[in-house]
Amino acid sequence: MTIGTTQYVLVGALLAAIGCVGVLTRRNVLVILMSIELILNAVNINLVAFSRQWGQVHGQIFGLFIMADAAAEVAVGLALLIALFRNKATVHADEMDLLKW
Amino acid sequence: MPFLDTLWLVPLFPACGAFLIGMLGRRFSRRGVTTLCVGMPLAAFLWALGAVRELQHLPGRQFEQVLFAWLPSLTAASHSMGADVGLLLDPLSAVLVLLVTGVGLLIHLYSVGYMAREGGYYRFFGCLNLFLFFMLTLVLANNLLLLFVGWEGVGMCSYLLIGFWFKKHTARTAAMKAFLLNRVGDAGFLLGVLLLLRVFGTVRFTAMTQALTRHAAPVGLITAATLLLFWGVTGKSAQFPLFVWLPDAMEGPTPVSALIHAATMVTAGIYLLCRTHLLFQAAPHTMAVVAAVGAGTSLFAAAVALVQTDIKRVLAFSTISQLGTMFLACGVGAFAAGLFHVVTHAFFKAVLFLGAGSVIHALDGEQDLSRMGGLARFLPITTGCMGVATLAIAGIPPLAGFVSKDQILSAAWQASPWLWAVSWITAGLTALYMFRLYLLTFHGPARWATRHPAQQPHEAPGSMTVPLLILAGLSLVGGGLGWPASLGGANRLAGWLAPVLARTPEAAGSMGLMAVAVLLAMAAAGLAWVVYIRHPQLPRRWAARWPRFNYWLHEGGELDAAYTAVFARGLGKGGGARLARFDDAVVDRTVDLSGAVTRLAAQLAAWWDVWVVDGLWINGLAKLSVLIARPLLLLQSGRLQTYALLMVFGLGTFLLFYLLR
Repeated sequence: MTIGTTQYVLVGALLAAIGCVGVLTRRNVLVILMSIELILNAVNINLVAFSRQWGQVHGQIFGLFIMADAAAEVAVGLALLIALFRNKATVHADEMDLLKW
Repeated sequence: MPFLDTLWLVPLFPACGAFLIGMLGRRFSRRGVTTLCVGMPLAAFLWALGAVRELQHLPGRQFEQVLFAWLPSLTAASHSMGADVGLLLDPLSAVLVLLVTGVGLLIHLYSVGYMAREGGYYRFFGCLNLFLFFMLTLVLANNLLLLFVGWEGVGMCSYLLIGFWFKKHTARTAAMKAFLLNRVGDAGFLLGVLLLLRVFGTVRFTAMTQALTRHAAPVGLITAATLLLFWGVTGKSAQFPLFVWLPDAMEGPTPVSALIHAATMVTAGIYLLCRTHLLFQAAPHTMAVVAAVGAGTSLFAAAVALVQTDIKRVLAFSTISQLGTMFLACGVGAFAAGLFHVVTHAFFKAVLFLGAGSVIHALDGEQDLSRMGGLARFLPITTGCMGVATLAIAGIPPLAGFVSKDQILSAAWQASPWLWAVSWITAGLTALYMFRLYLLTFHGPARWATRHPAQQPHEAPGSMTVPLLILAGLSLVGGGLGWPASLGGANRLAGWLAPVLARTPEAAGSMGLMAVAVLLAMAAAGLAWVVYIRHPQLPRRWAARWPRFNYWLHEGGELDAAYTAVFARGLGKGGGARLARFDDAVVDRTVDLSGAVTRLAAQLAAWWDVWVVDGLWINGLAKLSVLIARPLLLLQSGRLQTYALLMVFGLGTFLLFYLLR
């Protein structure tokens, strides 16, 4: 079996799935943030795979963008989390329900 | 045609007099008032003379002039109903214009002396002039509505003049009575006019005459209309059943009684009948009613006059009786004879009233016959004039009353011997009560209080005796106007009236009728002398013999009492109580009921508002919203992961949808 684009996309899909499950299921907000990173990385794998397939460089460039974007996002996310923690002294997602009725 | 073209001046002269007196009368001197208020009728009379003279030269002897339009047509603009202010001078109205202005002038002159010592001098003459204006409007009107204006106007003036001494209670009530009874009659009159307007579409006399001669009118409607007009006439001309105001009208000053209630206003009814005689002749039933009412009233009133003690009341009932005779004449178709009697009656009745006034004046206000007597040597002129008038009214030839009354008797005989019999008996009674009056007043023993020799009753001043003499002279020779052919005359009056009122032929054997009537009159005169002079205790004994009948007759058939019981008490007080009960039982209950209904409606509205509007819609909708929202609220957990899961579900649904398409 040759390792073609399909396999790489599959890996990306798997990673995305794991990341989705992590976002939806885990209690700790840090872990949720990590899962979001995972999803982003999965997207990166997809991009690189397709870049290889078409022989163009656009996918990889876009991948770099996404990495920069992910970094920024983590910074903002962690800042939000710290702010939340200062208010409620918890990192559990199910305890942050101030916006309910 | 200077006089005819300015015919409107004839009613206008007395109108100006009345207006000036009304506005400025207080500032005039007695002399000024006299000059104005006697000058105006004089001017009117002279103008009327001139106009009648010119009328003779006109072909057809009819002059009609519309002064200005008054009421426009109610239906179409093109079709006029003839209700204008217009004048009509033809032989019929000419006779009356001259009579009204002439006799009016003489009575105005008389009033100068009679009212010399009275208060309210200028008010009296103002009202009298106003009366002349309205009477002339009535006589000269060319249509029924303008005639009605004059009709109402004379009624109003009659009210003002009867109640002239308004501080006297009896005068006030008499004036009200006259006006109210006139009004009752006028209601019928107006209905009759409206009915005629319906039938002919016009109220103009000439137009109605033309319409009648061209094609016959519906008899039923004409009968109804003429009966209604006659109802008005019974009010104005004091016939049964609306005559009760005339005896009470004697409360007014004597010149008023002479002018209004003898010579002119009461004759307005006969004028109306003559004016619309074609209508009446087209309704034989009405003619029968007119004749019957006239005959009955004349007989009854003559009997009542026989037992009256007040000199003026005798004359009042005499007037009613004579008017009845005139209506009898009209009812049998002898309109010209009726009109002739109007003229002669005006002459001698005016003399009688003015002479009575002279007597009252001489006796300082005494009016009771039982307190007169033996005045012949103190009041020779009055006695002579009254004697002439008494002969005239009794129908002794060749005086005026004989000629006119005899024409009526002749016409009555031609219509029905029964009517003639009633009229003949009435004539006898007339002679009887008139001679009674004359003898009791001027002859026999003096029953008045004797006074100081220097204050004996004396003859009236010249202003009073001159008119008396003139009118007595007219009563003497007035018959010449209509001297019958059977006695060698030409009956000039009937000839003059011929274009308007047809001649009635004389009865065969009229000489015999005349003789019989004259004999009865003379016998009655003799009887009066025997009973009242020779054996004065006889009337008293007869009155004591039948006190109930005597009282009934004296009270004019107690018609007054009947009217009081039915209308004043029955409808007034009894009716008042009934109305009060109706008000309580029906009206008040209806009001309460409507209140209860309103309350009930309000309560229903309140319940609706609380339970349906507020409860169902407002609160209900709110609760519904909450009901729906509560479960949905559970979705808003505030938990991030729940929202994320929902988003994934949504995404999954979309993907599934697209994949399975």
